[in-house]
Amino acid sequence: MSEKVIPKASINSDSGKDLNRKGFLGWLSIGWLAFAGATGGFFTSMIRFMFPNVLFEPPQSFKIGYPDDFTIGKVDTRFKKKYAVWVVRNDEGIYALSTVCTHLGCTPNWLEVEQKYKCPCHGSGFRKTGVHFEGPAPRPLERHSVSLASDGQIIVDKTKRFKWEKGEWEIEESFLKI
Amino acid sequence: MNYIKDLFDFLSAPTISFTLLTVAFPFIFPPTDWFDKKNKQWGIYKLWTNKGAFWIFMSITFFFIIGYFDPYFNLTMTKPDNIPIILMIYSMIFVIWLGMKKAYNNDARLDRGEKPEEWNDPDDKVLVWPDLVYIELIALILFMVFLIVWSILIGAPLEEPANPAATPNPSKAPWYFLGLQEMLVYFDPWLAGIIFPIFIIVGMMAIPYMDINKKGEGYYSFKERRVGYFIFMYGWMVLWVFLIVIGTFFRGPNWNFFGPFEWWDPHKVVPLTNVNLSEYVWVKLLNKGLPTNIIAREAVGFVAVIGYLFIMPLLLAKTKLKNLFEHYGPVRYSTLMLFGLTMFALPIKMYLRWLFNLKYIIAIPEWFFNI
Ligand code: FES
Repeated sequence: MSEKVIPKASINSDSGKDLNRKGFLGWLSIGWLAFAGATGGFFTSMIRFMFPNVLFEPPQSFKIGYPDDFTIGKVDTRFKKKYAVWVVRNDEGIYALSTVCTHLGCTPNWLEVEQKYKCPCHGSGFRKTGVHFEGPAPRPLERHSVSLASDGQIIVDKTKRFKWEKGEWEIEESFLKI
Repeated sequence: MNYIKDLFDFLSAPTISFTLLTVAFPFIFPPTDWFDKKNKQWGIYKLWTNKGAFWIFMSITFFFIIGYFDPYFNLTMTKPDNIPIILMIYSMIFVIWLGMKKAYNNDARLDRGEKPEEWNDPDDKVLVWPDLVYIELIALILFMVFLIVWSILIGAPLEEPANPAATPNPSKAPWYFLGLQEMLVYFDPWLAGIIFPIFIIVGMMAIPYMDINKKGEGYYSFKERRVGYFIFMYGWMVLWVFLIVIGTFFRGPNWNFFGPFEWWDPHKVVPLTNVNLSEYVWVKLLNKGLPTNIIAREAVGFVAVIGYLFIMPLLLAKTKLKNLFEHYGPVRYSTLMLFGLTMFALPIKMYLRWLFNLKYIIAIPEWFFNI
């Protein structure tokens, strides 16, 4: 083992001489300000990034046509792609089902032959009414508000949702009597 | 040939393959003396010899070769997504085989009164610099070459841009999450998607604190920690790796179950109608309607879950597991029980679903609380 090596910086203590206390604090604050500015700018642009320039979100409330456009006993899948609803007409009227699986949010498919909505993710199955009967989904599909506009067209309002387990399918708006 | 294929399709149905694996497991990794005796008697331990490795390798390869020439299995097998699973089947089994071979080797040495192999083995003790770092560098380069060749030969399985209206059918998670996706078939998302993964991670971190057996530390040995081996292997191989294999090869359109040689018929109809425990009790057993009070409705489920998770370990601590309880102390014992019982809740729930079409033991959709 050789002798202890003394680091150079501590021998040559002259180098720090011209930096007095005031100057040091000045440099320190400039450093910190620059750092804060850079981080702040970075986070601002991050937050800006969360708000897209264009939003391809379809309107939440929309007209889907006249009641006669819908066949009794059929599930209408035309509005699935744009608005994520199925419109179903039965003997008494029309209801709009949300196409979001109540298990984990996949989009089920309507199977005409089997007469059920079947989720491709974990196999939940729903009857035409939206009531769950197979697989892990714990509750029925949600329904949206349906009403008639003054021109006789049906309006679906997706901001209003009706949950079966809360007894909300009894509410008038969840079902359009015809 | 078709016989063999039909047999495989039949065997791979989840009820059957899962049961076979579960029953076979304690014989392959015997946790008690009785199982150990049977293991010796039937020569199962011979799996962990070179000859055993040869036969395991040959039978898996045979299976995949038949599969390759089968028009339906070929489709799932050669999908770029699924190639890692084939590699995984080989590598997982190889690693287990290697570990078990070394463990049995050491067990035999210990029986003869010798020290375990690792005791004074300079072979696996190298200097970090330069030896280990060099080995790592070479491994890294080889692996890079392998990945590059792989990515050139087999195109990445990219699909068309996402479209909210068209969910691929079946919709599969990345392969390493297929175990989770399979659990989600049996549980509510907050359990299978949140609680279980947290429990898996925390539980694995807790293993060194729960397994306080000083023997078998620093060397391979089966007989000195056989219960631990058994529980871990079951959780790892059956409840995770096997579920990934199921999710990859056996789940088809509408998340229905298909044997490996079966055509993925999108219109396959499987009766799956499920019933909650509360409906079983109130409607089918007592012939009444469901009570309106939520707690009263789900009381039986609460009793079952609390009994399983909390009362049963208490009773066991007084009776069968008395020694364990005294040895471990209350904190360690309850931690072990909490993690262990949660793990075994998965196969239990799977069987309840298969046998009784049971959907949820506690079903309170009003509060998003379903077990
Ligand atoms: S998301 Fe539909 S079944 Fe899981």
